[in-house]
Amino acid sequence: MPGECRTPPLQLGHRLWRMTAGRAGGWGILAQLLLLLVVVWLGYEITSNAQANLKAQRIAAGLGFLNNTAGFGVSQSLIAYDESDTYLRVFAVGLLNTLLVSFIGCVLATIIGFMVGLGRLSPNWLVARLAGGYVELIRNLPLLFQILFWYLAVLGTLPGARGSISVFGVAFLNNRGVVVPRPVPLDGFAPFVVAIGLALAVTVAMKILARRRLYQTGKPLRVWPWALGLLVGLPAASAVLGGAPFSFEQPELRGFNFVGGTRLVPELIALVLALSTYTAAFIAEIVRAGIQAVPKGQIEAASALGLRRGAALRLIVVPQSLRVILPPLTNQYLNLTKNSSLAVAIGYPDLVSVFAGTTLSQTGQAIEIIAITMGVYLLISLATSAGMNLYNYYLFRNRSA
Amino acid sequence: MKIRIAGTFALAFLVTMPSAFAQTLKAVKDRGSLSCGVSQGLPGFSSPDDKGVWTGLDVDVCRAIAAAVLDDPMKVKFVPLSAKDRFTALQSGELDVLSRNTTWTLSRDTSLGLNFTGVSYYDGQGFLVRRSLKVNSARDLGGASICVQTGTTNEQNVADYFKANNLKYEVIAFSTADETLKTYEAGRCDVFTSDVSQLYAQRLKLAAPNDHIVLPDVISKEPLGPVVRHGDDQWFDIVKWTLYAMINAEELGVTKANVDSMLKSPAPEIKRLLGVEGNLGEQLGLTKDWVVRIIRHVGNYGESFERNVGSGSPLAIDRGLNRLWNKGGIQYGPPIR
Ligand SMILES: N[C@@H](CCC(=O)N[C@@H](CS)C(=O)NCC(=O)O)C(=O)O
Repeated sequence: MPGECRTPPLQLGHRLWRMTAGRAGGWGILAQLLLLLVVVWLGYEITSNAQANLKAQRIAAGLGFLNNTAGFGVSQSLIAYDESDTYLRVFAVGLLNTLLVSFIGCVLATIIGFMVGLGRLSPNWLVARLAGGYVELIRNLPLLFQILFWYLAVLGTLPGARGSISVFGVAFLNNRGVVVPRPVPLDGFAPFVVAIGLALAVTVAMKILARRRLYQTGKPLRVWPWALGLLVGLPAASAVLGGAPFSFEQPELRGFNFVGGTRLVPELIALVLALSTYTAAFIAEIVRAGIQAVPKGQIEAASALGLRRGAALRLIVVPQSLRVILPPLTNQYLNLTKNSSLAVAIGYPDLVSVFAGTTLSQTGQAIEIIAITMGVYLLISLATSAGMNLYNYYLFRNRSA
Repeated sequence: MKIRIAGTFALAFLVTMPSAFAQTLKAVKDRGSLSCGVSQGLPGFSSPDDKGVWTGLDVDVCRAIAAAVLDDPMKVKFVPLSAKDRFTALQSGELDVLSRNTTWTLSRDTSLGLNFTGVSYYDGQGFLVRRSLKVNSARDLGGASICVQTGTTNEQNVADYFKANNLKYEVIAFSTADETLKTYEAGRCDVFTSDVSQLYAQRLKLAAPNDHIVLPDVISKEPLGPVVRHGDDQWFDIVKWTLYAMINAEELGVTKANVDSMLKSPAPEIKRLLGVEGNLGEQLGLTKDWVVRIIRHVGNYGESFERNVGSGSPLAIDRGLNRLWNKGGIQYGPPIR
C-alpha cells in the first residue's frame, strides 16, 4: 500500500492564517490582537498591584525564604530531613510524599478498578451485584469522609503500641501504623540483585521468542515453568554461593513505640486506601463502559474460535476497549493526584500540608508559595497526561484513525 | 479542598485589590462593623455560646474596639480561622484585627507585614498526656508521637525542645484544632501540645477530661495578643490603646458596675482615662468618652479575665503572670496621658 500514499503539502502559511484569522479574515486577526493585549494588561495589573500591596505593607517577597531554616519536624520523609533543614528541603519532602501517595494510589486504584469493572460484567450474579454495590456505595460518599473513616474509624481503633496485633511475631499492627522488619543489605546483596536482573532479562527474551514462534508456526510454547525456575533458582543460587543478601532488623517495643524496623504511618495507609478505593469506583465504571463499547460480535467471534472467557477478555476485548478507557482513565489519575491534597485533614505531610500550609504560615509569603504549589500540581498533571498520551499513541500507532 | 479555596480566595484579594489598606478606622465606620479574626472555637478565648454569640478573652478585645469606635460591642463580624490561614486573612484585608491567641514573634511582626499591638495573655507551651502513661515530666517524652496544629509556634517549639534535649519524637500536624484533638483522643499520639491555656480549654472537650493531665513543664514564652496590618499607624494605635485602656481601668479600679459614678471622681488619672478632662480620645481619632464606652460595654481587663478564663469560668485558670504589675504579675498598661 505505501506506494499509494502521498503526503499532502504543508501549506504552513495558509494554516497560520486560518488559525489566527478564522472565518472573519483580517478582522479576526485584529480581534485576536486585542484579546492578547487585554490578557497582557491584566497580567501586568495583577503583578504590579501585588507588588505595590506587598511593599506598602512591608511583607517579605521573593524566593529568598527557600534558603531559611524551617525549624519544624515532619513525620514521614523519603529523604533525610531534620528541623534544621531549609524550606527548600521541606518542599522536596512534601513533593515526594505527594508523589508517593499518588503513585501507589494510582496503581492500586487501577488494579481494584479493573477487577470491579470486570466483576460488574461477570455472568456470576453475586460477583456482578457485589461489584455494582461497591461502585454505588463508594462513589456516592464524599472523599474527605472516607479518608477520615479509614483514619479514625478503622486504623484509629487499632490497639496502642503495647497491645499491638502481632503477625507471627514478625510484623506488628497498632494505632501507630504497621511495623515490619527492615532488610539490611549484607555482602551477598550485589550478586543477589544481579541474579534477579539476569533472571528477568532471560524471561523477557524467552517470552519474545515464544511469541515469535507462535506467530510463525502457530504452536504455543509454555514459558512460565522455565521463568519460574529461573526467577527462583538464580537468586537462590546467588544466596547460597555469595552469602545471604540481607539480614532483617527486627522491630522491638521500647518506650512509647516500636524501635527499629520499617514503619508505615497510618496517615499514609489511610490516605492510600481511601484514594485508591474511591478512585477505583470511577475506574470500574470506565472499564465497564470501555468493554461494553467493544462490539458484541468480537466476543462471539472469540468464543466461536474456542477461546475461554478469560482469554477472550485478555486477548480480544481489553486491548480494543483500551482505546475508550485510556483518556478518562488519565482524568482519574489526575483527580487522584489532586485529591491527595486532602491529606492535611489527617496530618499526612504532603506538599499542601508542609509547604502550602506550615511553610506558608511561617513565612507569610502566600503569593510565591501558592504560585509554586499550583505550578507543581500543573506540572505533575501535565506529565501524567503526557505519559498516558504516549502510551495511547504507542498502543494505536499501527492503526489509522 | 475548603482550605485551599480559602487560601486562594484570600490571595485574590492581595493580588487584585488596590492599596486601600491605610484607612481602617474610616472603613470600619463606613461599614458599621468590625471584622475580627478569631479561633474556630477555643473555650475561654473565642468560641460561640449555645445561642451563637461569640465570647471569650480574645473576643472581648474585639468587642472593646467596636465599643470604642462604634459604641456598640455587638457590631463585630467574627471570622473563625485556623492557625495556618489567619495571617493570610489579615494580610489580604479581610480582617481589621486578628485576635486569635496569636503569639508575638519577631518574624511575624516584621516579614509577615504585621504589627502586634500588645499582650492580652502571657502564656507558655505545655504538654497534655494520658494519666495512664505515668509520665511526670517532658523529659520522659523521648520517642513519643506528638499531635500539634500546623502553622503555630507550637510546631516549631516542639522541634526546638526535642532537639535541644536530644530526644527523638514524631510530630503529626493537623490544620484544625478539632482534627488534632480527635486524633490525640483516638490514641494516635501520646502527647497533645499547645499553649498551656489552650490545653486546659481543649481538655474540656475530651470525653474524659480527668484521664488527661497537663505536664508541669512550660517550654516556651507565648505572649498572645491582637494583631493588625502594617501601614496604618492610626489603627495600630487604636487597637493598642484599647487593650491598655482595659488594663489601666483595672489598675484604677474602674469597673463595668462603677464606671458611671467614676465619672465624678476627682482623681486626675481617672478623669483623663474617662475623658472628663483633656481630649485624649480625639488624639486617637475617637471620641472623648472612648474608655467609658469600652468599660460600660465590656468591662476592664480583670473583669474580662475572670469572666472568660479565670475563677468565673469553667477553665478556672490562675491569673499568674497575667496579674497586674503591682500585684505580682507582668500586665502593665503605659500611662494614659
Ligand atoms: N499561640 C500559638 C498557637 C495558637 C493556636 O492556634 N493554638 C491552637 C491550639 S489547639 C488553637 O488555639 N486552635 C484553635 C482553633 O484552631 O480554633 C501561635 O500563635 O502560633
